[in-house]
Amino acid sequence: MDIALTDLLLEYLPILIFLGVAIGLSVVMVGGSYIAAHQKPDPEKLSAYECGFDAFEGSRAQFDVRFYLVAILFIIFDLEVAFLFPWAVALGEIGVFGFWSMVVFLGILTIGFVYEWKKGALEWE
Amino acid sequence: MVEFWIDYGFPLLIILLKIIVILVPVLIGVAFATYFDRKIWAAMQMRRGPNVVGPFGLMQPFADGLKLFMKETIIPAGANKGVFLLAPAITFSLAMIGWAVIPFGDGLVLSDINVGILYMFAISSLGVYGIIMGGWASNSKYPFFGALRSAAQMVSYEVSMGFIIVTVLLCVGSLNLSDIVRAQEKIWFAIPLFPMFVMFFISALAETNRPPFDLPEAESELVAGYQIEYSSMAFALFMLGEYANILLLSGLTTILFLGGWLPPFDIAPFNWIPGPIWFLSKLAFLFFVFSWVKATVPRYRYDQLMRLGWKIFLPLSLFWVVLTAGVLVAFDWVP
Repeated sequence: MDIALTDLLLEYLPILIFLGVAIGLSVVMVGGSYIAAHQKPDPEKLSAYECGFDAFEGSRAQFDVRFYLVAILFIIFDLEVAFLFPWAVALGEIGVFGFWSMVVFLGILTIGFVYEWKKGALEWE
Repeated sequence: MVEFWIDYGFPLLIILLKIIVILVPVLIGVAFATYFDRKIWAAMQMRRGPNVVGPFGLMQPFADGLKLFMKETIIPAGANKGVFLLAPAITFSLAMIGWAVIPFGDGLVLSDINVGILYMFAISSLGVYGIIMGGWASNSKYPFFGALRSAAQMVSYEVSMGFIIVTVLLCVGSLNLSDIVRAQEKIWFAIPLFPMFVMFFISALAETNRPPFDLPEAESELVAGYQIEYSSMAFALFMLGEYANILLLSGLTTILFLGGWLPPFDIAPFNWIPGPIWFLSKLAFLFFVFSWVKATVPRYRYDQLMRLGWKIFLPLSLFWVVLTAGVLVAFDWVP
C-alpha cells in the first residue's frame, strides 16, 4: 500500500478504537449493573407492559403501509443528497456547466416530487 | 520489543489517552445536561427543579445514575434478548463516536478525516437502528409503535438536513469540519444562510426526538415509546445516548452555522478568549434553546410533523440549494 493511502486510513484508526471503547463501556455498564443489583425476576415482571392487563394479541401485527412509503421516498431523496455532496464540493471546478447539469437533474426530480404530492403520497391523516 | 513499543505501543497509548480526554468530559457534560435541562424547564414553569442532592441539586444526575445502576435489569420474556440488549449499546456508542471528528478548537480534534461531514451524516442516519431495534425486540405494542413513528420521523427530517448541509458545503468547498469552520472567518453562515440555520435547528429537534417532535415517546399515548420495556442501565444507556446526541447536534449546528471555535468579531477583547471556550459556550447556548423549546412549544400531531418535513422543509431546502449555487456561480464566488 502506498504511503498516502496508509496515512488516510490511519486517520480512521482513532475512530475504530473509540468505537471499541464505547461498546466496551456500554457492556461494562450494563454487565456491572446486572452483577451489582439484586436480580429477582418473576413472570409478571417479565410480561410485556400493556397498562396492567395481559396483552390481547402479539405485537408483531400489521401496521400502516405509509411507513413503508415514507421509507421508499427517503431512499430516493437520500440518494439524491448523496449525489449532491460531491457536486457541492466540486462546483468550483465544474463551473457553470456543472451548475446547469445539476439544475436539469433537480428539475426532473422536482417533477417526480410534484407527481408524488399530487398523487397524495405525502398525505398523512 | 523496544522498537515495537516505539512504533505501535506509544501511538496507540496516545490515541487511547486522547479518547479518554474526550469521552470523560462528554459523559460528565451529558450528566449535567440532564440536570440543566430539568433546571431550565423548572425555571420556565416557576418551579425549583432538582435542589436537594448536593449544592443547588448539582449532584442529582449522579444520584440518578447510581439509582439506575442498582435497579434490576428486566428483559421481558417475549423479547428477542440479543437485539434487545444490543439496541441501547448501539444508541450509546453511536452518540459517543460522533465526537471523534468534532473540532473543539483549531487542530483540537481526535481524527481530522477529510470527509468529516459525511461521517457525521452517516452516524446520525445509523441512530435510527438503535431505536427501531429496541422497539421491535421488546415485542410489545407501545415500543413497536414508538419505534415505527421514530424511524419515519427521523428519516423524513434527515432528507432536509442533507440538503441544508449541501448549502453549507457549497459555500465551503470541502467536507472537512475544520475547513467548514475556517471558511466562516469573514462571516458566520448563520447570517447569509439564516433560513437554513433555523431549519437545521428544527430538524435537529426532530432528529433527536425532542419536544415538540417527541411523538415516539409521547407520554400521553405511548407511555414512553421504545423505552418502555427497558430498565436499569439499559435504560440509562438510551438516556445517555439521547442527551449525547442532543449535544452532538448542537455542536454540529455550531460548526456549520455559528463559526465553531471562532470569536464573533476578530478584535481585541473577543479573540483573547481561547477557541474551545467559544465553541463550548455556543454549544451550551444551543442546548439552552433546545430546553427552551421543550418548555414552551406544545407537541405536534403526527400528520403535522410529516407535513412540515415533506411539504415545507424538503421543497424549501431543495430550492435553497439551487438558489445558493446559482448566486455563487453568477457572482463567481464559488470557493
